[in-house]
Amino acid sequence: MESLWPRIEPLLARVTKPARYIGGELGAQHPDHHPDRVAWLLVYPDTYEIGLPNQGLQILYEILNERSDAVAERAYAPWLDMEAAMRHAGVPLFSIERCGAAAEFDVLAFNLSAELVYTNVLNLIDLAGLPVRAAQRDARHPLVIVGGHGAFNPEPLADFVDAAVLGDGEEAVGEITAVVAAWRQGTTPPGVTAPEGVDPRSRQALLRTLATVPGVYVPWCYEPEYVAGPPLPGAGPAVGRLAATRPRFPETPSQVEKRTVADLGAWPYPKRQLVPLIEVVHDRLNVEVFRGCTRGCRFCQAGMVTRPVRERPAAQVRTMVAAGLARTGYDEVALTSLSTADYSGIEETVTAVMDDPDCGRVSVSLPSLRVDAFTVGTAAQIQRARRTGLTFAPEGGTWRMRQVINKLITEADLYAAVEAAFSQGWRKVKLYFLTGLPTETDEDTLGIVRLAATCVEIGRRHHRSPTVTASVGGFVPKPHTPFQWFGQNTVDELTRKIHLLRDAARGVRGLDLRWHDPRASAAEGIVSRGDRRIGNVIERVWRSGGTFQEWSECFDLDRWLEALAAEGLSLEDTVHRHRTQDEVFPWDHLSAGLHRDFLYQDWRDALDEVGLEDCRWTPCYDCGACTGYGIEHVVASAVPPAGGSQGTGQDLASGGAVPVRFLEVRGRPVAAGTTGG
Amino acid sequence: MRFRLRYTKLGKVRFIGQRDVARVWERTLRRAGVPVAYTEGFSPRTKLGFGLALPTGAESLAEYVDVYLEPGSPKPPTGEVASLGGTLAPLLPEGIDVTAALAIDGPVGSLQEEITSCSWLLSVDGLDASTLVRSVETAATAAELPVTRERKGRIHEDDIRPSIRSLEVLPDGAVVAGGPWGSPGTVVVAELATRPRGVRPAELVSALAAVVGADGAGVARVCRTQQWIERDGARWEPLAVRGLQGGDVFEHALERVP
Repeated sequence: MESLWPRIEPLLARVTKPARYIGGELGAQHPDHHPDRVAWLLVYPDTYEIGLPNQGLQILYEILNERSDAVAERAYAPWLDMEAAMRHAGVPLFSIERCGAAAEFDVLAFNLSAELVYTNVLNLIDLAGLPVRAAQRDARHPLVIVGGHGAFNPEPLADFVDAAVLGDGEEAVGEITAVVAAWRQGTTPPGVTAPEGVDPRSRQALLRTLATVPGVYVPWCYEPEYVAGPPLPGAGPAVGRLAATRPRFPETPSQVEKRTVADLGAWPYPKRQLVPLIEVVHDRLNVEVFRGCTRGCRFCQAGMVTRPVRERPAAQVRTMVAAGLARTGYDEVALTSLSTADYSGIEETVTAVMDDPDCGRVSVSLPSLRVDAFTVGTAAQIQRARRTGLTFAPEGGTWRMRQVINKLITEADLYAAVEAAFSQGWRKVKLYFLTGLPTETDEDTLGIVRLAATCVEIGRRHHRSPTVTASVGGFVPKPHTPFQWFGQNTVDELTRKIHLLRDAARGVRGLDLRWHDPRASAAEGIVSRGDRRIGNVIERVWRSGGTFQEWSECFDLDRWLEALAAEGLSLEDTVHRHRTQDEVFPWDHLSAGLHRDFLYQDWRDALDEVGLEDCRWTPCYDCGACTGYGIEHVVASAVPPAGGSQGTGQDLASGGAVPVRFLEVRGRPVAAGTTGG
Repeated sequence: MRFRLRYTKLGKVRFIGQRDVARVWERTLRRAGVPVAYTEGFSPRTKLGFGLALPTGAESLAEYVDVYLEPGSPKPPTGEVASLGGTLAPLLPEGIDVTAALAIDGPVGSLQEEITSCSWLLSVDGLDASTLVRSVETAATAAELPVTRERKGRIHEDDIRPSIRSLEVLPDGAVVAGGPWGSPGTVVVAELATRPRGVRPAELVSALAAVVGADGAGVARVCRTQQWIERDGARWEPLAVRGLQGGDVFEHALERVP
């Protein structure tokens, strides 16, 4: 593989942050390419700083490079100035390790973590020099594969990608490698039957064989069927309803089930986390302590699609932390998961890390924490330095609202936590909220300011000028969640609510209200639950120059609205319309393991304001995630972690990011909660 | 008690900025088990001192870092200091190599305070060799060399002539000792003072372009070859390269300091 470096180097003197394009990370691998090895280019469709820390990509990078039949390199989306320089100089998308042209790889594998990056996926396929439409690619071109949470509804990208991998990729990448390697020899791997009646070396043979690998969805092997829908306000004549998505070939499964790694302990990756030369987001050692979440927050797609809970053994976590710190030189480790305070070995693990002389002067951060005074107390007891803000995520402004979304935090819990934080030295507290939630009234919306203002008052008891930041995001319903039936609020409605909040917050000294752009929520909504017809919309937005739509300086809703109109589609129909019980979803043939009946019942419960407890320590609700895969929740302890109140009927959950850092304790035991939990 | 290390920054790694270089050093020293002191205050950081920041994209044969050790750290044996380069080599990114090391225990000023000028090699884009020679000759004898720069949205005009200590064009094909480039082409050698303010190589090139009325000239490649401390008519490097072979005592111009 020829290195493009001599052509890349002259461009770097003229672009911002040139170190984005040089690689050189500790842990970077420069594998030898060989005709017998399937070459993967793992692509993150956003900037280097955002993409480098992605743990999923790093895990697959190591697993593939450990295989004798595969090699893997990485690429990230070049920023606008670099892309322009590359296109001007005729330099295609390249790998940062060997500076190899993307088109010379066998597989381009994209990580999809957010909908608004989809235009970047098209742009990068194009920058690689490939036709963006899968139908125009042939046996000479690399396969284009997507994975990650966004792959659970890959239909908007169906015309552009060759395959989507649902769920955990650890095992699937090996099976895909085996299929590609065998296909190049004109065969299939042992135990895999070749599709009948096609040339075994054709692209079609490869795609049909891939479609039989569990967890691998090949859109080309499925045909959507539309019927005329009922007339709707604002909908053009082209609007039809999806009636079904059916397999086209006899060997193609009618439903694709996600992959689930049963034992996280068998996959202690990344073993050699990449340490970049330049600062990136989450720039620290990251050790995943469990996968999956059963808190059951109804708005949360990540929590729903990653079930069941699979904990990493505490001893392995300690080993990974100690070895990782020694290897990387980081002085901070994050124990990652969707709700780390729920890890059953959390206290012993944190204590062990802090007491381990091999770990040195280390801070431990728990990226998500329960809203309760106990946790804050613990944080303060063992915190020594770098005291930043504390963040809690009540998500809803009133108890009624929080029952609807199943975020069962009482006001008393929140205030106790905030009291604990301010009394123990914090001067800044951040609160995360969503607006535009199902059944939300203006009273619920205004509850956000009421809660936050009360938190400021609590802060005044301890400091002269405390700050409470309330960060408000517009809710976008996601596939495979109970809220997939909900019609998203319009831009006008979200704007009205934000104005309500802004007016109410005016004059509340110490309250800092921030909000996300409602127009970005609308664009996210177009893609989130879109079907294959949204593909043309994405292509139009990309062709009009709409890349990096996650970045406010690049985002432009007008591009999306013009593209929708040009395709005869409407925001009303694709985003704001409430779905009925019998709605056929574009992802109905793709399974995250959750029974549709369970999700619908949970949706009804939401509308009835009925909360649901965490099923890790309470009886099973039969959502389908465990039983469907013959896996049970893997937890080290049969009882909830101390300080949690699961099972008492009062859930103290928090799903938000809480940058609390634990530092070593010197001669002081970790104390129990300062106030009752 | 501190270590002073001299190191290179060559090749791809030239594209990382000074702040990121500092972070690379923090992690590297932690991995090597060097007992680095921490700063006081709200957000403690490892205590490292660098000289005048190298512009992102420039290479160097003469970067320095002072590594302050935890209070009470004993003065390490000479052999240990000498082997520090070897210990750090496998832990550092490609292109960063320690070329000299010394333990300092005494009243020696910080790099930032002491360094008075830097020597640079520059290759220039957009000026042909004869124009460049003419431009350097003109600039070397000019009374002043105005450059404009934007600061906080306002255009300032500065005369950089007082900061230019020396300026010449190397003859084509001249080999620069220790230089990073195989075939240097037309290369400018300059010594630029750090006071009254540090002149950046890019500013020098724009001034050179201005004196011959050329548009579109820019720095093609830059390398800092030395940093200098000058006092009372004498000058020396903060730490000269003497090789790192077994157990050498690194003699050093620090001895000149009273």
